[in-house]
Amino acid sequence: MRITLTSVLVDDQEKALRFYTDVLGFVKKTEVPLGEHRWLTVVSPEAPDGVELVLEPDEHPAARPFKAALVADGIPYTAFTVADVHAETERLKALGVRFTQEPLAMGPVTTAVLDDTCGNLIQIASVPAA
Amino acid sequence: MGWTGKCTLAYRSGVGDVFKALADPTRRALLDELQERDGQTLFELCTRLIHRGVGSSRQAVSQHLDVLEQAGLVRRRREGRYTFHSLDTSPLRAITRRWRIDPEEDSCGSP
Repeated sequence: MRITLTSVLVDDQEKALRFYTDVLGFVKKTEVPLGEHRWLTVVSPEAPDGVELVLEPDEHPAARPFKAALVADGIPYTAFTVADVHAETERLKALGVRFTQEPLAMGPVTTAVLDDTCGNLIQIASVPAA
Repeated sequence: MGWTGKCTLAYRSGVGDVFKALADPTRRALLDELQERDGQTLFELCTRLIHRGVGSSRQAVSQHLDVLEQAGLVRRRREGRYTFHSLDTSPLRAITRRWRIDPEEDSCGSP
């Protein structure tokens, strides 16, 4: 058994695709029309054969209240690894990305939290190489 | 009850709440963290407390923030879908007004 997919629940797949590619810098991996929605995944250009992120519609009635409650408390449900949180934060801010937590160093790990414009908070983290 | 009476009651309950709020080490740690960086989400405050080694559950931290807010020491600010917490030290003025601090005397740090 292997982990090859993970998901974020997005309020609009097209908007999400733009944010996750144009802004965050991922690339589209698969796009399959499925009626009203699409099977839509992105990957990191640093790991094109790595874990795919599914941009999943948040249509289920429980999904949006769940997301809203997490956002209200500032909780990022999804996290990505970056080389340098400070540099990445500056780069994304220049692109207009809203951060709810500025870079915060906690021992060897530095984190920041941003809004993906699709109803989620995302944590970016840098961890020292093992 | 006249205007003065109401004022006294408000003053008393206000100061009483500040003392109660400051009487807990986790709540003092929350004020320290907010002094270091103003305008934090509940998530960031919880993360910082864990790093300090005084982490509690999110619910417990939220309740501590309620007590601090009732004492006027913390302000919650809704901004769109987010909520940020800020430090407000103005209620502490009532304490030094009541027991004045000698301006000649140097402070001895924070116990």
